Amino acid sequence: MTLEQILFYIFAAGGVVSALLVVTRRNPIVSAICLIVNFFCLAGIYLTLHAQFIAVIQILVYAGAIMVLFVFVIMLLNLGDERRLREGFTWKKVVAGGFGFGVLMELIYIFMVQTGMSSIEMERATNVGTVEAIGRMLFTRFLFPFEVTSLLLIAAIVGAIVLAKKKLD
Amino acid sequence: MVPLQAYLILSAVMFIIGAMGVVMRRNAIIVFLSIELMLNSVNLTLVAFSAFFGDATGQVLVFFVMTVAAAEAAVGLAIVIALFRRKQTINIDEINIMKW
Repeated sequence: MTLEQILFYIFAAGGVVSALLVVTRRNPIVSAICLIVNFFCLAGIYLTLHAQFIAVIQILVYAGAIMVLFVFVIMLLNLGDERRLREGFTWKKVVAGGFGFGVLMELIYIFMVQTGMSSIEMERATNVGTVEAIGRMLFTRFLFPFEVTSLLLIAAIVGAIVLAKKKLD
Repeated sequence: MVPLQAYLILSAVMFIIGAMGVVMRRNAIIVFLSIELMLNSVNLTLVAFSAFFGDATGQVLVFFVMTVAAAEAAVGLAIVIALFRRKQTINIDEINIMKW
């Protein structure tokens, strides 16, 4: 059991446990904190795959910007104790859970039955996760999508401001 | 050596957990958090295959997915704020004025 395997299984267990906590907690702040823990576990898994750039960007963008926005909005909405919803047990949830479990079993079956898929060879992975490799591909082959995302972000900023501001009547 | 299937199965488990969160929860914020969980599981799949094949395309796609997720989270939360200002609730069962 190499250190890489141990780290992967620790981070994977942490990721799955925090994901389960995200969808089951009643308090949205607890869910947001569990999702931040999940993002950190994912960043650890990205590091075991030698994807350094993506790991750092995950922490900076997801845990550092998106989740902060979520936490601000949850605190802004100020859902007091009386607002916590009574989400009881319904048969719809049982059926949905059954379908989800079925799809998960099917996916696991497909992944395990595959033959010929060997372990990840780390020599190839090491060259490909660096900032230089991603930057080279981003600014040559994916230049047009890169410029389009700037338009997308402008549209998102303007849309968010227009939607959330108070109407000045 | 961790096999590739381990990463894919972990990604599938997180995706299904996120999908169950979207379907089963009535709180709009929790639904958004579950959507982010699903997006992250897809990111994990992309990075795993990118490391397996030695191709940086997967990680560039993860970059774009993160950008789109950030934009979508901002606009979605703005919608939730606007909704809360109108109806004083974020229970998605009560947001049904477009129902016929």
